Amino acid sequence: MWDYSDKVKEHFFQPRNAGPLEDANGIGDVGSISCGDALRLMLKVEPETDIILDAHFQTFGCGSAIASSSALTEMIKGKTLDEALKVSNQDIADYLDGLPPEKMHCSVMGREALQAAVANYRGEVWSDDHEEGALVCKCFAVDAVMIEDTIRANNLSSVQDVTNYTKAGGGCSSCHEGIEEILAKVLSERGESFNPGAQPKEEAKPAGMTNLQRIKKIEAVLESVRPQLKRDGGDIELLDVDGKTIYVSMTGACAGCQMEALTLQGIQQKLMEELKEFIKIVPTKAGALTRASCHP
Amino acid sequence: MTGIYFDNNATTRVDPVVVEAMLPYFTEQFGNPSSMHSFGNKVGLAIKKARMQVQELLGAEHDSEIIFTSCGTESDSTALLSALKAQPERKEIITTTVEHPAILTLCAYLEKEGYKVHYLKVDGKGRLDLDEYKKLLSDQTAVVSVMWANNETGTFFPVVEMAELANAAGAMFHTDAVQAVGKVPLNLKDTKIDMLSVSGHKLHAPKGIGVLYLKRGTRFRPLLRGGHQERGRRAGTENTTSIVGLGRAAEMAMEAMAFENTEVARLRDKLEAGILAKVPSSFVTGDPSNRLPNTSNIAFEYIEGEAILLLLNKFGIAASSGSACTSGSLEPSHVMRAMGIPYTAAHGTVRFSLSRYSTEAEVDRVIAVVPEIIAQLRKLSPYWDGDKPKAEPDKAFAPTYA
Ligand SMILES: Cc1ncc(COP(=O)(O)O)c(C=O)c1O
Repeated sequence: MWDYSDKVKEHFFQPRNAGPLEDANGIGDVGSISCGDALRLMLKVEPETDIILDAHFQTFGCGSAIASSSALTEMIKGKTLDEALKVSNQDIADYLDGLPPEKMHCSVMGREALQAAVANYRGEVWSDDHEEGALVCKCFAVDAVMIEDTIRANNLSSVQDVTNYTKAGGGCSSCHEGIEEILAKVLSERGESFNPGAQPKEEAKPAGMTNLQRIKKIEAVLESVRPQLKRDGGDIELLDVDGKTIYVSMTGACAGCQMEALTLQGIQQKLMEELKEFIKIVPTKAGALTRASCHP
Repeated sequence: MTGIYFDNNATTRVDPVVVEAMLPYFTEQFGNPSSMHSFGNKVGLAIKKARMQVQELLGAEHDSEIIFTSCGTESDSTALLSALKAQPERKEIITTTVEHPAILTLCAYLEKEGYKVHYLKVDGKGRLDLDEYKKLLSDQTAVVSVMWANNETGTFFPVVEMAELANAAGAMFHTDAVQAVGKVPLNLKDTKIDMLSVSGHKLHAPKGIGVLYLKRGTRFRPLLRGGHQERGRRAGTENTTSIVGLGRAAEMAMEAMAFENTEVARLRDKLEAGILAKVPSSFVTGDPSNRLPNTSNIAFEYIEGEAILLLLNKFGIAASSGSACTSGSLEPSHVMRAMGIPYTAAHGTVRFSLSRYSTEAEVDRVIAVVPEIIAQLRKLSPYWDGDKPKAEPDKAFAPTYA
């Protein structure tokens, strides 16, 4: 079983905006039936303002393809076309609290459908975008431009990453050499060299935030709750940040484990809202001991 | 754990009676069967008994034809590699396009090592063309490896007949019978099958125990060399507990053979007919007139298998799918593609595989739930319109590649 986030599951089990949209004026059909997912995105755009009044989807695909489609429609409703076009595949993945790396291509498909639907509304031909690229992956019809763009946008460095994000190389694997060449080119622009042993990304990291920015944000959230804790005679301190796990120590009068758990839950929620990603807050020893003593 | 487990071709639950038989070999009977003292001796006797129980299930002439291995995959690898090593003058292998990866991945590797591998094609129902096979057999053929029953569709291949043909051409014959053993009565002593693979966890024994049947007189080269275990044909201290478990499971499979082929088959047929009657645009894949009694593989057109499995799982129903997404690969099952099933259906295949523990009530429940799930997903599908596929579905929705 895939390790889907609760948000993915929720959007799969209760998809938003599913089904045809009667008076759509922008439609984008993308995907590849041979690899098992394809998406039709339907937009109802107000001509005067370019605002997306409504968005619906129909998807042939797996759980994360359906969830990504559902999320996309929710994200773009009420936006102008130009605003909507700023939504990246990473944004879709973030909105869903992350996707397993093998499923990142579902979010890529969402972004492509959006581009196709907007082009259709504007009377343009979207596939223009793809003409210049030579087909690299023949199994899944992925071209060089697509691969290059995705490597840049997501800072990829291994063939496995490229396959996870674009599907390229996931079939007969005869194009791995070609993908390596593109990787080498983009990496050299970044001033790096291609390393065949590079580890694929563990999980899609939220884009656009450095570690330092992230930690500063976390500190700010803790700072904002501190006065309240102090009023109850307690305090909280950030100890470490390890990926999605944030270690803190709780000190002082904790009215009991229930209270502490509740407080932590609230802080965790706040952190997730601020960081726009799923995180877990873990109290270390001091807190853990208090809790243990509550459940002898 | 409750829930409806219809994924017995993936693996089966270990029968409690089997667990019971195994337990003493974790505790007081911990000895090494190779030891001289009585700690080892009793364990040695238990293995001897298990070997005879498996011999009985396979209809083998001698108990020494039973070699215990660590799994079906090891048995497959041992068989093919041994055949090649023992006959260095023969450089060709014949197999089929629909074998388990335990054979296909090995063959792909052997091709890189310079061997020529012929892959027999199948027709739309998953059947072989024996004329094609006869033409390929030659004095270059080292070994033919053809599965007894397909794990995805349950379809049988005529392995007994094919073994005769191989034998006449002087080639060795191996069959991956991992899905067939325990469900199909076997009488290997009356066949020309030289090697046959078994995996314990498909017949209510534990995972991580297998058997390679090796007909007496078949030239053999071991995969693992070391101690004298299994008469030097598979070195390594025996997995005593699992061997004892497999022996007991083999005995129980003998007793349940008739039941599997009558009652389990009846439940499977009821399930299949019940679903097909209620779900439009669905069909059975493989050859329904010639297959395992427990397996039904149904293609639900215009929707995708992983989505079906996720919804089934929500209702506590376990099955599996040939869709690309479930395997982590990007293409639908090689078996469906080999049969020429269109992509719009191949991605939506679901395999239901029952066991002798499946009940009528479970079957009724699945028949009640599946149509709802399919309808729910089709509502999301760009190929679907109300209660039927769109007219000319391929034209109604022809996405740009992305
Ligand atoms: C036909 C077939 N061959 C081989 C295997 C592999 O068996 P094991 O898991 O014991 O290695 C399986 C099990 O999935 C199978 O279905």
